[in-house]
Amino acid sequence: MSRVTLRVNGEERSLELDPRTTLLDALREQLQLTGSKKGCDHGQCGACTVMVEGRRIYSCLTLAVMHDGEAVTTIEGLGRPDALHPMQAAFVKHDGYQCGYCTPGQICASVATLQEIEAGIPSHVTADLTAAPQLTAEEIRERMSGNICRCGAYSNIVEAITEVAGRPA
Amino acid sequence: MTDIRYLAPGTLDEAVNAFAAAAGAARILAGGTDLLVQMRAGVVRPGVIVDIKKIAEMTTIEETPEGGFRIGAAVSGARLAEHPRFGKAWPGVLEAVNLIGSKQVQGRASPGGNLCNASPAGDSVPAMIAAGAVVTVQGPHGRRQMPVEAVPAGPGRTNLTPGEILVSFTLPPRPAGSGDAYLRMIPRTEMDIAVVGCGVSLTLEGGKVTAARVGLGAVAPTPLLVGPAAEALIGSRLEEEALAAAAAACSAACRPIDDKRGTIAYRTKVAGVLLRRTAAIAAERAGRA
Repeated sequence: MSRVTLRVNGEERSLELDPRTTLLDALREQLQLTGSKKGCDHGQCGACTVMVEGRRIYSCLTLAVMHDGEAVTTIEGLGRPDALHPMQAAFVKHDGYQCGYCTPGQICASVATLQEIEAGIPSHVTADLTAAPQLTAEEIRERMSGNICRCGAYSNIVEAITEVAGRPA
Repeated sequence: MTDIRYLAPGTLDEAVNAFAAAAGAARILAGGTDLLVQMRAGVVRPGVIVDIKKIAEMTTIEETPEGGFRIGAAVSGARLAEHPRFGKAWPGVLEAVNLIGSKQVQGRASPGGNLCNASPAGDSVPAMIAAGAVVTVQGPHGRRQMPVEAVPAGPGRTNLTPGEILVSFTLPPRPAGSGDAYLRMIPRTEMDIAVVGCGVSLTLEGGKVTAARVGLGAVAPTPLLVGPAAEALIGSRLEEEALAAAAAACSAACRPIDDKRGTIAYRTKVAGVLLRRTAAIAAERAGRA
């Protein structure tokens, strides 16, 4: 067994776990943070997306022990039912889901997508790698391609993200 | 479940010692996006996991005094994309890295892992071959360097000797008038495995190609350096004749398999098509550089 301390949504949490435990299982099974979902469990669907040290990753593809001392933000840390994150509110407004299973991952990835464009980080569809990436639907779709929605709410998700992007900071 | 130990050494020497001491029972963990999938599928069952991300040399991007780049083997694709100058010097390498999985995968996955996973279809490898990257490896008997194309030995196998760890990639300085590009053929628009991947790096002087390198992926048991394709381009002005010769050289280098992604005939043809398209993008970038 290994010991690991994570800063989850601003709170220090110490865990004792098998070193093979993924971050996703540690969050869901040990910390009861069940917002992050287990879809495919091998890095293809995006339902388990969380932010670690400000960077979005698949929590199913990383071991909890790799993140000792690091800050993890899950959907529970972005907003609460009585104080929605603007992205959560926009998903509600634009119907960015049907069944909702992929939604926590979609929202974490959406927030990160806007931060990455804001920071000028290029994606595969950024035509000019020497200029700042633009906030186009094509950029959003490419940057969200690691999150699958089997209900097919993609166009509404793009609308939700576009609306949040247009808001003054 | 059998027992497993997780080690996160702070120095390369400690990592090499731990890796060698485990004598084959250990696996190196960089981003983990391949290793965790393989462990869960039961394909590998390591007794020891050596996490190399606490080692500074493994996780830094350095600009060399000569004007090249040294990239630690565990640097994530996302870190490369964020670097203010890397993508401007090596847009083709960066676009290949930007094709490895999704953004969340790129947040962890490294070109070092992509190379050592030794998939014939790894996207960053043909681009690194075209770039002329040289890797540094360290093992129980010291350090050595090898060209990136010498690392893969076959699907899932490398030419690293027992106990050796990939430390870094070194990319050469970029002369004025240079550009590189990477294209892959996939039936979807994203999140797929290359049917064929092609990396091209060119240097032009007054419209004439003075240096060229071509890398191909997913058309043989290992990614290939296609010397004859580069030779067909060098000295040309990328006229139809030169492009046709380079495309034919790419097709001739192919030793692909038939699988659900593409047939031998299809891959062989597409390798030539991609060479033409990739060379055009590299030349356009070289014209601006």
